[in-house]
Amino acid sequence: MKKSLPVLVLLLAAFLLSSCGESRMHSQAVYMLVDTSGTYTKEINKAARVINYLLATLNSGDSLAVAKVETRSFTEKDIIDKVTFDRRPSEATRQKRAFKARIEAFTRGIHGSSYTDITGGLIQAAEYLNETRAGTRTIVIFSDMQEELGKGTVRDFPIKLDGISIVALNVSKLGTDNADPRLYLDRLAHWKARVLKAGATNWEVVNDLENNMESILNTR
Amino acid sequence: MIDRNPWLFWPDSVALSVLVLAVMAMLFLYAARQPMHGVIHSVCNLVTQSTRFISRGLFLSADTLRLRNQAVLLAHSKESAASMIDREFERVGNIIRRDLKEFPVLQRKLMEEVTQIDDDYRRCGEVPPPPPEWVNALESVSQLKSGGDIPRKLLEDVNKSIQKIHDKTVSEYRRSYEERHKILKGMQPALRSVDRLMGEMDKKMVSLHANAKQIDGDMTKFAGMRAKDSKTEHALTVSAFVQLAISSLVMVIALGGAFINYKLIALPMSEMVGASDYITDNLRTSDVAALVIILMEASMGLFLLESLRITQLFPKIASMDDRMRRRLMMASLIFLVILASIESSLALMRDMLVADKAALMHDLSSSAPAVTRGWMSNIPMAGQMIMGFVLPFALAFVAIPLESVVHSLRTVFGVLLVQSMRGLGFVLRFTGVVFRRFAKVLELSYDILIVIPLMLERWVVALRGVTLVKAQAKPGSAS
Repeated sequence: MKKSLPVLVLLLAAFLLSSCGESRMHSQAVYMLVDTSGTYTKEINKAARVINYLLATLNSGDSLAVAKVETRSFTEKDIIDKVTFDRRPSEATRQKRAFKARIEAFTRGIHGSSYTDITGGLIQAAEYLNETRAGTRTIVIFSDMQEELGKGTVRDFPIKLDGISIVALNVSKLGTDNADPRLYLDRLAHWKARVLKAGATNWEVVNDLENNMESILNTR
Repeated sequence: MIDRNPWLFWPDSVALSVLVLAVMAMLFLYAARQPMHGVIHSVCNLVTQSTRFISRGLFLSADTLRLRNQAVLLAHSKESAASMIDREFERVGNIIRRDLKEFPVLQRKLMEEVTQIDDDYRRCGEVPPPPPEWVNALESVSQLKSGGDIPRKLLEDVNKSIQKIHDKTVSEYRRSYEERHKILKGMQPALRSVDRLMGEMDKKMVSLHANAKQIDGDMTKFAGMRAKDSKTEHALTVSAFVQLAISSLVMVIALGGAFINYKLIALPMSEMVGASDYITDNLRTSDVAALVIILMEASMGLFLLESLRITQLFPKIASMDDRMRRRLMMASLIFLVILASIESSLALMRDMLVADKAALMHDLSSSAPAVTRGWMSNIPMAGQMIMGFVLPFALAFVAIPLESVVHSLRTVFGVLLVQSMRGLGFVLRFTGVVFRRFAKVLELSYDILIVIPLMLERWVVALRGVTLVKAQAKPGSAS
């Protein structure tokens, strides 16, 4: 009994240290779609700032993927980079630095695409996010939300976005929107209805990136 | 159409209906007067008896509990007092062993000094000079009847001799005094030594006297405890309250230290056990790990103080043989040092992690190069490391107030429980008294509702009484 007390304390400590719970339920996964069509490539610096914000906000165990929206976006090839941050904060910091470097390299060599397949990107994002099994899943769409599909691209079917929150960023007004604002409002309403019908938990539009960046993620 | 007032006999004349209902109710209440009075009395009696019974039970339980508390308090205090007396005796024993062991040597030294002083004193005593021989010669010369100048010459010779002898005697006398002064001078160190020895003895005696006084005080307390007098019990209870307050204050301060400690190691622990692992929904594994480290430090401190016999929370440790106890003490100390070193390393790691994260945030927010850290930035790091090493040892001492809290809490809780029981007993007894009086109030209130039938009853009874008196008076008058 005399000797066993410190041993018991050590065993209890070892038990507590080893009994790691289900960590994925507490983690967050973010998939960011970056529109690279036409003139929207000019906005890439803003997208890089958003990615930096995400890197600063996400913690160990969280996942982040950045993909471009192109002519046909339902493909892994469009994923610029993806990472699940290590359990150790120091390693996670190193991963964030590497991620930032790769995004900077991408922004330097970007070239515009002919079409904008947002739906394909959403399906790809949902697939990735469901694989992460994270507790909170978010798709961030950096686009004007004007979908333009190429010939032979089929996207007019119901999609599944169960349990995923959707945030549309920097939804810029097109020339036609200025002439008839109903086009812009209808476009947003259409996407809202579509993602909510697909099972998304939330739909949010953030245009003021200077002051409203915090509302992109529900930080812990 | 729904009738809103179905209880009205005549809905068109409400007043009449109400009046009839009131009369009927009054008649019913009058008829039920005796049973209702009985019910009121029974219910009130039931409440009174129940509350009295419960109150008595509470008072008896409170008395029993008080006696039990008293027994525990006195037993614990007796144990403490006995331990204190024991320690005081041990101290006295040490003094006697250490100081009075030297007493024979001291005494011998003192005796030697005294003997030497005595000898010196004797040696420096004044020796009277021998009677001068010329006095006899002078007497012989003075008895000469004739001789012319012979006596004068003789006297001159005597005078010369006397002068010579006088000079010699005076010089010898001076030399003798000089020697005596030298001896007296030589006595000075011996006298100083005696004075010093006496001073030392006095100091030791004073210390012994203080210890004896302390033992006297403790013994008086102990006697009071044995006699179970209320004054001692009251003093011990108050002392328990004071002990609890002081210990709680120290514990709160220690908790503050533990919190700082926790903050210091929670972040680096995530580097070891993972930042994304959770035990429950809101409890991170790294936080729990940091808490466990702190609790282990506190436990090791507890064992260390137990094995040093500073605290006595575990009788098993207190009753261990000295060799085993020393081993436990060494083991606890080694564990504590290891944990303190780990914590110090974690504090260093924390600083590195924080700096790394700050650099990353800087990279993400701007493209400007990061400012290099000067030597000033090492000061907080060093401070954190020192704190990480020192805090576990400081936390180890929490065992002392913890022991006080454990011991005094029993007394304080017991006293509060007794007072609560007595208070509840008093409230219940008071409720019983109120209900006993309330029965009469309810009875009178009931009678107010049927005051008209009662007046009629009284009137009828009075009328009957008059009739009866008249009827009794008639035969009398006839006779």
